[in-house]
Parts: sequence; structure tokens; C-alpha cells
Amino acid sequence: MNDHKSLGKNLARNLGKDRLIWIYTQMIRIREFEEHVKRTFLEHPGAMRGHTHLADGAEASIVGTLATRNATDFVMPTYRCHAHPLVLGTSAKKMMAELYGRKDGLCKGFGGSMHLADPDRYFPGTSGIVGQSIAHAAGAALTAQVKNTGQIVYCFFGDGASKQGAFFETLNLAALWKLPVVFILENNEYQAYTHVALEDANAQAGDPLSQKAAAFSIPGVTVDGNDPLLVYDEVAKAAERARTGLGPSLIESKFYRLSAHGNAITIPPAPTQFPEHEAIGVYGNKAEYRAAKDRDPIPRFAAHLESEKILTQSERQALDDKARVEMDDAVAFALASPLPEPEEAIKYVYA
Amino acid sequence: MSREMMYGEAMAVSITEEMQRDANVIFYGQNMAMTERDPMLKMFGRNRVRIAPISETAEIGIAVGAAITGLRPIVELWMSEFMLVAMDQIINEAPRLRYMSGGQVKVPLVLKAGYGFAAGWAGQHSNCIYHTMMGIPGLKVALPSTPADAKGLMTAAIRDDNPVVYLHHYMLTLDTGDVPEGEYIVPFGVADIKRAGNDVTIVATGWMVKKSLAAAEQLTREGISAEVIDPRTLAPLDVETIVKSVKKTGRLVLVDQAPRQSSAAAVIAAEVAEKGFEHLSAPIVMVTALDASVPYSEPLESYLLPNEDKISDAVRSVVGEHARMRA
Repeated sequence: MNDHKSLGKNLARNLGKDRLIWIYTQMIRIREFEEHVKRTFLEHPGAMRGHTHLADGAEASIVGTLATRNATDFVMPTYRCHAHPLVLGTSAKKMMAELYGRKDGLCKGFGGSMHLADPDRYFPGTSGIVGQSIAHAAGAALTAQVKNTGQIVYCFFGDGASKQGAFFETLNLAALWKLPVVFILENNEYQAYTHVALEDANAQAGDPLSQKAAAFSIPGVTVDGNDPLLVYDEVAKAAERARTGLGPSLIESKFYRLSAHGNAITIPPAPTQFPEHEAIGVYGNKAEYRAAKDRDPIPRFAAHLESEKILTQSERQALDDKARVEMDDAVAFALASPLPEPEEAIKYVYA
Repeated sequence: MSREMMYGEAMAVSITEEMQRDANVIFYGQNMAMTERDPMLKMFGRNRVRIAPISETAEIGIAVGAAITGLRPIVELWMSEFMLVAMDQIINEAPRLRYMSGGQVKVPLVLKAGYGFAAGWAGQHSNCIYHTMMGIPGLKVALPSTPADAKGLMTAAIRDDNPVVYLHHYMLTLDTGDVPEGEYIVPFGVADIKRAGNDVTIVATGWMVKKSLAAAEQLTREGISAEVIDPRTLAPLDVETIVKSVKKTGRLVLVDQAPRQSSAAAVIAAEVAEKGFEHLSAPIVMVTALDASVPYSEPLESYLLPNEDKISDAVRSVVGEHARMRA
């Protein structure tokens, strides 16, 4: 918590007060949304089905990345996709209604937590199969390149996905064709339930995962993903490289997923909820988890903004309260929304 | 106006015409357009005609991403088996993204591949794997059997707003036929009666249409009049035209170059059993490949695959003495 003075480097220095407050606001909105999702399992059991994955801990990395974005750039996350549309301006109400499987959901109840999409906001969809959306992101970049639109693509994926064939094939092709894409490898230390050192040769050797970039002759850097301004600096450079036609970059953003991989897999009608984080639940390592909690990006960035006199404590409280009310309203909206008509199920198979 | 051309050429003509018509159509694949002499490259430039590495997952996955953001990619995959290394993209990505988004996106792309290469390509390059794709909601599967269909189905595939697996048959590549000039579309889900007849309905796709037509010709000498129907697309499947024909003939022989288990023939048989049972005066017979991989050596390969004689024998078995006497 004392390292907040390291915040704010080169490019991020140009960010004005409003933009810094915007970053904090988006971070707390994401955290509140995810906390509301998590609480749903206790407060409204049965309201959400299947598997849900949260972005708490990833806020600085996601918002720091998207702070570099131009209005029409594409955003391509994974099935862990609640945070990105919130930043893009997608209605939290429609998102929550989608998670609740309701008619007013963002995807009318056809996708659920893992498959949000808001193409009007340049978020064309996700894949629930690890690593596969990396190729889709390069495809969006191909569209931008062929049509010469000046758009770039932000491609998010986890440390686990970086062992998929789709990762290697796509990075080679994206580098070969100099596609305008920034690959953000979110290293949150766990591939689902397995620690990264048990499944990644670079991690096992004590090397950064960003060195995978060398295999494709593109830049690769590792950044402290708990600091939105350090993330901003590195992504801004990569975005500039993509915009000027020089091709992709790989950024390893290191942070810690603060919730378990997903809600517990239970067989209906047994209720499900979020279990303990794998560090505790699988590996019995409470100290690791406590240390990660101490690095929580949200209080860290708030402390920075307060020390830089950008935000007072009461102003921060007001932003936190506003985010909480927004997500309370989202839950109320989702609960009030009707379920879809069953016969809708055969819609949307073909265009 | 029509012009005689080869099946292989007819596909290329369609792709060229569609790329001229719509700047959003792009074309890439392995080992294509490698030199500046390539006619497609000359016409459309490196931005729209590209060389891909041997990376089917990336090639197809990138096509999916490009399709949901506004392009209409055609991916040249050469051999249908090469798609197997990218099945997640073909089965679990391309046809699902629109549905999961609640109809917000569309995925217009064409996966072009050859299949059924019964010329000694052995176990991994000669198979018929369309049955793995025809049952995937959201995916369309086209199998042209003539040069005209090769053009018309390709044009329909490129203009379709859904992912299409376009499978051309290697053994038909050099076949010639009249192909309409200019815009020519063969709509999906419309079977074509390649030969009219009264005693038996033969349904076949791809190379098997040619074999079935030859068998039908042979059978006329025995007084048997066979109708040959090519569904042309297996998804969507025109069951109505087949049932209508069975209503007339009362007999059905299904010819499929794929192994019998889980074949397209089996699916059509089930549809006709449900929707046209009362019209049948003999059991439905399936003439398929035997349930084995395709062997290398010629006599082994021939033994395994359907041929004119097997088709004719099947027809004789369902037509029986009665129909032949009537004829």
C-alpha cells in the first residue's frame, strides 16, 4: 500500500484529472458489479445458472488498458467478460439481466455470463473455449486492416490461454500480417485451478511469460497489472505501434484474481456459490492470498489519487456509493425482467 | 448465356466475380497466390488475397473474427481433413457466436475444401467428413456435383450471412459442363432432380451423383426408370423434394461416399421414414462406404467405396421382379 508513489509514469503523466477519476470510477464500477454477481448466489439462489467468472483484481489492468482506447477500437475479452462492456458504456442493467437469463438481457438470455456481446460498442462477442477468441481478435484486426479504418483491437486472454495452439498460430499470423492488435496476456497466476508454475515452461523457469513474444519477433513486456497507470504506459506504446502499421505486441499484465476461477460446479438442485480462492481452497496457501489482497488495485489507486490531491476521501466515497447504487439498480432490474418466451429458443440460429 | 468449363474453374469464376462485386470479400489460404503472377493477386492485391501459414485454427478463427466485424472471408483449406485440426472454430465458434449473442452478430464466411479424393491418397486425405458438420445448428454445408452447381453454390455461399462449409469433390475437378455466365446463384436447401424417373428414387451428393446417373443409365436397359436427386446442400436439407419423389416411386436408395454409421444417408433415411413411410413399398436401402478408413491400394479402395454396380444392385433389390415386369 505504500508503493503508491510509484504510480504515474511517462505517458500516463499526460492524463488529466478527469481521466484519472474516470479510471477510478470504472474500476469501482467493475468491482461493484462483480460483488453484486457474487452476492447473487447467496441472496437470490437459482437466479444465475451455469458458470460465472469474475474480474475482481483485474480492474487496474482492464481500465488502464482501455484508457488508451479510441472510440471505435474493438475490445475482445474472454468468457471472463463482465468488466469490459461496463467500461465501454454497456448498460449494467442489461448485463445483469443477461446473467439472470432474462428477456431484457444484453443477449436476450441466449448467452449468459460467458457470452456477453455488444457489437454496437465494438465488443462483438466472446468464446467460452480458452484461447480461441485470440484468433477472433486478430480477425477483427484484419477487418480494420483490409478496410483501412484506423481501428485497433485489444485482445485480452489469460495465462492459461497462452498454452493453446490458437495463441501460437494467431500471434505468428498477426505478426506476419502486421495486424493492428494489442495482445494482453493477463497473468493472474492461476489457469482455472492450476498454478501457472505447474503448467507454463516460462513460469517454471522463473521467466516472464512476455518472453513468448520473442518467438514471433514482436515486442513483449511485463507490467505490474495492479497499477492502471503503468498498464496505461505500456499499452499506449503498443497501441501506437499497432496504429502506425507496425503490428502487434504482447503485454503480460501481472495481477491476482481475487475470487475463485468461477462459482462451484454443482449438480442441480444443489445450490452453487463462489468457493474459496484456489490458493486457499486447493493449495492451502493463506499467506499468498492475504498478500494478494494487500495489493488490491482499488485501494491502492484510491490512495494514489488522494495523495496527489486528485480526489478527496469524500469524493471517493461518493463515487463508490454511486457505483453501488448503479449495481443495486441493475440487480433490481434483472429480478423484475421476465424470463424469455420458450419458443424463442429456435431464433437466431441463422442470419 | 452459358459457357462450357471445368468444375474447378467454375468455383474460381464465382470467387473472382464475387470479389469484383463486393470489396468485403477476401480470400486466403496456404500455398496460394505465392507469386506476383497469380491472377487473383493481380486483380485484387495483397490486401484481399493472402498467403496463410499452416495454421488452420488461426486461419479459420481469424475468418470468424473478420466475419463478425464486417468482412466476408473465404478460406482456402484445400482438403477437408485439414479442418479437423480446427474443429473448435468450425463447430463451436463460427456457428454459435450469432446465437449466443442473441442475434446481434452475423458470421458470413466460406470454408472451401476438397474431399473424397479416391485416388490413392489413403487414410487421412480421402475421407468424407461432412456428417460431422451437417448436424451443427448455425452451419451450412454445400456439396456441388456439377460445374454449374460449383459456381452457383459458391456464389450463394459467399453471399450467405452464415458460415458455410463448401466441399468440392476432388474427383470432379476436371469434369466439364455448361455453366451460366454472369451472376448465377443456386439457392441453398433446394434439391435438384438430376434425372427424372418413376420406379425408384436415388439420392446422392458429389461424385456419387455421377455414379448414380451412370447406374440409372445402365438400369434403363433392364426397364427400370430411376430418378436421381442431388440435395446439393446437406444443411439445410431439402427433405420435401425427396419425399415428393418417393411418393411417386415408392422406393428409395441412398448413396453416400461416407461410411454408413452416422452418415448423411442415415439422416435422410430417418427423415423419409418419418415423413414418407406410407409411400414406401420397399425398405430404404443405403449404399455407403464400408465402415473403415480409406485404404491406399486400388483394389482395397474400390472394395470399400460405393460404385455403379453396388448402386444398381441396391436398386434391383428394392425394385424387384414386380416393377421390372410392370415396366
